[in-house]
Amino acid sequence: MKPFYACNSPEHAVSRRHFLAGSIAGLGALGFADMIRASGEIERRNKRVLVVYLAGGVSQLETWDPKPGTNTGGPFQAIPTNVTGVHISELLPHTARHMHRLALIRGLNTNMDDHGGGAYIMMTGRRRNPGESYPHLGAVMSKLLGDENNPLPGYIHITPGSGSGSFNRGDAAFLGPRYASVTLPDGNPPANLTRPNTLSELADAQRNDLRERLNNRFMQTRRSADTEAYTTSYDQAAQVMQRRSIFDLSREPSHLRERYGNHDFGRHCLLARRLLENGVTFAKVSHSNYDTHHENFDFHIEQLGEFDRTFATLLDDLAQRGMLESTLVVVMSEFGRTPTINRNLGRDHWSRAWSIAAAGCGIRGGTVVGRTNDNGTAVVDRQVNGGHLFHTYFRALGLNPTRNHYADGRPIPMADPQANAIQEVLS
Amino acid sequence: MFIPRETIAQAAGHGPVKPMRTRLLQELRHNSPLLGCRFDPSGRYVFAGAQDNSVQRWEIYSGRKTAFTGHRSWVRAFAFAGNTSPTRERGNRAFSADYNGRILFWNADAENPTPVQTIEAHRGWVRALAVSPDGRLLASCGNDNLVKLWNPENGRLVRELAGHEHHVYNVAFHPRGEFLVSADLRGVLKQWNVAQGTQARTMDCSVLFRYDGTFRADHGGIRGMCFSRDGSMLACTGITNVTNAFAGVGNPAVVLFDWKTALRTRVLRPQANFQGTGWGVVIHPTGLVAAAGGGNGGALWFWRTNQDQSFHTVTLPNNARDLDLHKDGNLLGIPFFDGAVRIYDIAPPVL
Repeated sequence: MKPFYACNSPEHAVSRRHFLAGSIAGLGALGFADMIRASGEIERRNKRVLVVYLAGGVSQLETWDPKPGTNTGGPFQAIPTNVTGVHISELLPHTARHMHRLALIRGLNTNMDDHGGGAYIMMTGRRRNPGESYPHLGAVMSKLLGDENNPLPGYIHITPGSGSGSFNRGDAAFLGPRYASVTLPDGNPPANLTRPNTLSELADAQRNDLRERLNNRFMQTRRSADTEAYTTSYDQAAQVMQRRSIFDLSREPSHLRERYGNHDFGRHCLLARRLLENGVTFAKVSHSNYDTHHENFDFHIEQLGEFDRTFATLLDDLAQRGMLESTLVVVMSEFGRTPTINRNLGRDHWSRAWSIAAAGCGIRGGTVVGRTNDNGTAVVDRQVNGGHLFHTYFRALGLNPTRNHYADGRPIPMADPQANAIQEVLS
Repeated sequence: MFIPRETIAQAAGHGPVKPMRTRLLQELRHNSPLLGCRFDPSGRYVFAGAQDNSVQRWEIYSGRKTAFTGHRSWVRAFAFAGNTSPTRERGNRAFSADYNGRILFWNADAENPTPVQTIEAHRGWVRALAVSPDGRLLASCGNDNLVKLWNPENGRLVRELAGHEHHVYNVAFHPRGEFLVSADLRGVLKQWNVAQGTQARTMDCSVLFRYDGTFRADHGGIRGMCFSRDGSMLACTGITNVTNAFAGVGNPAVVLFDWKTALRTRVLRPQANFQGTGWGVVIHPTGLVAAAGGGNGGALWFWRTNQDQSFHTVTLPNNARDLDLHKDGNLLGIPFFDGAVRIYDIAPPVL
């Protein structure tokens, strides 16, 4: 399902870039209904998403759905939060003070215990089937909410670890590579942001001019989503070079950097906030790692010790900047972990009864939806799956999940038609 | 071989120590996985901490079981003080500590035990306790990176020893009582002058630690630690050669230190490849070293201190999580994932 613009798809017939450009520039000439539509579009454009991805599968029992004193509960206690009656794990004392901002979805059953399959469900809202490929939430939001005049990529994934950045065209599926994610390993900015000393400004400009002329000639006959994305990437790179200070965390006050935490996850979350603040639509920060088949409890102390304070700071920072109400924040994994504690004090993969948390744009803070049984082995109330989550994210952002994408003119529902939004968590 | 209960008392530990002839003497069952165990000083009982937050006491020879309830989290740490004869009026005192930072004081011989005293000792897990040789100090260590000394009579804090930068996994008093050793996640061992509360030396046991860059997590820690009875040797056990922290891929090891020089003398390893963690270690008065551990199954290993490779391995029925040596020197107590404490006789009678 590779998009060729020779088709007559609605996506191409009215390009969003042109629509926006026209609507903004010509606002005064529009009728009232048009103005309302245009202002709605602008409002949507100011919304963004931040996913904190606890890679490997965080334990729901050590986070959002503790079961102390049961045979599955582990050694940790449940602590009260600042919302009466809502308790979370003692490993999240800072987060507990932000419960009024959080909605907990405790009835999640994605029924997929494989890392890749679980991640696919959480990123696309659908189960992976042979021959099908759906765009990631980040790609969808980059397309629906993104400001295409912003030079920064719409969908950025900040990962731990070293390595070079990557452009993950598969994330966008049929939406086209323009909306695919760009990975920033260890939060490092894209390589070669500055012009090499050996290249003069004039020579640089001449090279770019030659490239543009060749591109234009090629695209007159061979234009495709790929070629457009290729061209756009150069434009983006040039503009990113001019805005490289966005990646410079030393521009943040030292006390704020300290609050975020002097570790990779803290720095990555602070970078995510700066990216969102500067027009990135969707930022995903991965925190590694929670795949604790062995000594689950020691490792959750360590990992959540980093997560907790940083996440609480992130929520505070977004709120203080007035960004939280327009930023949907979701804490997710590919699945949870088994209630049963194995012989190596570990917990294994478990997708049949687990939890996520959300905050910010469109989310009713202080709510808990869904319930698991006494020892957390099954959902006993308000069971939902990845499709429900996808619908919920759309509704929280003011988008209609029942609309279609179009690939080669074929309509494809944006969210699983068999699911719907979890209304209880929506504000 | 399993020995019928009525013959246990007669059969146990009457021969010379012969690890090659180690046999299962007694199996004491609970219905929740166990985490740690200790024999009491009288030798009459074995205490074990369980994942159901309880402490279980068994009379070794009769198998009679008594529950000690009052903890709010898992228990792995035990220590004892007071009289060694249960017939004397005051009886033994037992101390147990949990992963909620609390130490509970008990009458170890009580028929219907209830906590005599509870102290909020640490923020986070308390992984080990030790009582000084003169019985006048109780040491604890915790995930707050602190070592604390308590008056075991009244539970008052005597001294706080700060200096570790990571979770403290173990404490042990030197047999002469002047010094205490504490050991942390990264294998940093600190020797403290007990009277002055000052740090005397450090020892490097970092071979039992690794930062796993793939999973971005610390893994290791001194899971078991003990002195030889003459105080000349210190043994630590845990996991080494970690290649995958989250799958527990690594090997158990025992690290020996010469107390006089504070230098590492040997790293003892199982002769046959074993994947897992050493959870308990003892130094027998004869100089043999024994350790028990678990990973893909359980095992009990024996070493001579002049050889790096174990000379004998007892395959255990499942993952072992601690090890203690009975005061008589002939019985080993091991708590298991399957909820049993198994008592092994390493000096079976010569038939």
